[in-house]
Amino acid sequence: MGIFIDRRTKVVVQGITGREGRFHALRMRDYNPDVVVAGVTPGKGGQDVEGIPVFNTVLEAVKETGANASCIFVPAWAAADAVMESFAAGIELVVCITEGIPTLDVINMVSQANVDGLARRVIGPNSPGIITCGEASIGIMPGQIFKPGPVGVISRSGTLTYEVVGLLSSCGIGQSTCIGVGGDPIIGTTFVDCLGAFEKDDNTKAVVLIGEIGGSDEEDAAEFIRNMTKPVVTFISGRTAPPGKRMGHAGAIVSGSMGTAESKVKAFQKAGVPVANTINQIADIMKELL
Amino acid sequence: MKLHEYQAKEIMRRYGIPTPRGKVAETPDEVFKIATELGGRAVVKAQVHVGGRGKAGGIRVVNNPDEARVAGSEILGMDIKGLTVGKVLVEEAIEAVSEYYLGVTVDRSQKSVTIIASSEGGIDIEEVAAKTPQKISKMWSTPKEGFMPWQARSLALDAGFDEGTIARVGGYFSGLFKLFEREDAELAEINPLMVTKDGKAIAADAKITLDDNALFRHPGYSDLWEEEGDDPLEQEARKRKLTYVKLNGDIGVIGNGAGLVMATIDAIKAEGGEAANFLDIGGGARAEVVQSALELILMDEAVKAILINVFGGITRCDEVAQGLLKAIESVNLDLPVVVRLVGTKEAEGRAILSETPAVTADTMVDAAKRIVAIAGGGI
Repeated sequence: MGIFIDRRTKVVVQGITGREGRFHALRMRDYNPDVVVAGVTPGKGGQDVEGIPVFNTVLEAVKETGANASCIFVPAWAAADAVMESFAAGIELVVCITEGIPTLDVINMVSQANVDGLARRVIGPNSPGIITCGEASIGIMPGQIFKPGPVGVISRSGTLTYEVVGLLSSCGIGQSTCIGVGGDPIIGTTFVDCLGAFEKDDNTKAVVLIGEIGGSDEEDAAEFIRNMTKPVVTFISGRTAPPGKRMGHAGAIVSGSMGTAESKVKAFQKAGVPVANTINQIADIMKELL
Repeated sequence: MKLHEYQAKEIMRRYGIPTPRGKVAETPDEVFKIATELGGRAVVKAQVHVGGRGKAGGIRVVNNPDEARVAGSEILGMDIKGLTVGKVLVEEAIEAVSEYYLGVTVDRSQKSVTIIASSEGGIDIEEVAAKTPQKISKMWSTPKEGFMPWQARSLALDAGFDEGTIARVGGYFSGLFKLFEREDAELAEINPLMVTKDGKAIAADAKITLDDNALFRHPGYSDLWEEEGDDPLEQEARKRKLTYVKLNGDIGVIGNGAGLVMATIDAIKAEGGEAANFLDIGGGARAEVVQSALELILMDEAVKAILINVFGGITRCDEVAQGLLKAIESVNLDLPVVVRLVGTKEAEGRAILSETPAVTADTMVDAAKRIVAIAGGGI
């Protein structure tokens, strides 16, 4: 169980013959061999990557293998096209790892998910991926640090998420699904989308939310959590970041009075949601809640 | 990438948006010459990448070419919020009967493009939003859907624009949206749009920020690039392809992943220290990248100690340790260093570190405590 992906998910890796695509497709297969069914690189159809068949188009891959999810490793200039191709081929979930996609391309590909009333989903872009522990991994997260259990994890970051997951695992707190929603200003799946899914997931008893400066997804999440039955523990990074500077992630920027860590912390506190001041506190608070 | 006002106006003219007659000058003599050509009253405006030019004395209205020369000599070379003025825009002065705001930007929470109009032009739009939100009207669209002149007209009416202006303004507004989309902007703003007695509307000030990620689609934009305003260390970082932000403290920070580095900087602050920088070596960095990052940090004279915090996933701890070893040799790194390595090839990394004077720490908080103690003690 868990959310968005499980052991029945079938993934096609777009850009599988590139350095990153190949490396991570094989790691995803190590996590669960049944989940990675195909790769796509235009012009390289008929080849294989250590046994994973490569197709010219996503549609062929879907027809031949029954793939229902896609993972995008193609370069930024071609990424939006790759997402559109996935949706056109009937894929329902696209996990976009690529960083640096032009913002207007992201708006187009993200809005494509919901045309004609279809409830399709983009995770990312600039996402480290998603893992449902013990079942499936799509993306670049190091599978070995995860441990199955009752805590859902959502985050805008990659390594900081691993840091928190490593800590939780070492304290004996396992995870249900962990999602990196992505560090870009526009993302397909927000904290609120994930919280809604976790609220309905029988395997998830509590959630850790790791936010950062920029945008207002944390403030929206704070409002949403008011109506949740499951507890959520939060952490915000970038509390000491100067305004107007992009802190690595394209989306991590305080612009004017918008997107400050202070506003996010306040929103959570107002909604009665615990905010950890240090990474270690996340585990301490979670232990008490479970 | 921020553009200067004169560059933004050049682009706006290509989309049919009228701007005042004028030219750019780099010397007081050029200012005099342009003002003479324009005849009558003129405005001399500093071209720098910061807001609040007017308040800082960087914008002056002059009555004749002699006054223009004086204004030019005073504004050129002026320091505005740490930036030196190298260029001024000399334009005809517009007599406005009303001033409006038109803007197009990205709305993160709506995942779309938002088009903003206000009858309160000439003021910072955030200020208007805070004080008189009823004077702002917004619509949303996507590049695919577009923004038609009729939509622009109803938005302008809704924002309280004079009825007599909406036929013209609707077209300009639609042009601004087209510009935003075709040029891959993050922000395209006219503030104020001045309406004259005879009903003409003119973009008196213009602001465009382009999406850095889309520059590959616009090869001509590299000519518009000006490094002015960037910290010299940030410029050096760009050459080295490192993600770096200069901060005000004395502890150099290196980590992998933006969120982790931000959290590390927060942890240093929580222990009473101040980071000198944000530096993300990204995923899968090799020893050479770590070495280059350390060299960059050592160029910052404020740095008294360095903290390296790496969570090894794709990044290998042994590569990070090798990078430190190389930097110690190549640039004579003699500042105290605290290293926290965990994850892939951790044992190998630690073994390499044991050959160096670096102090190791087990957790991020522990590493922050140690580095703050070292920097504070002046060791």
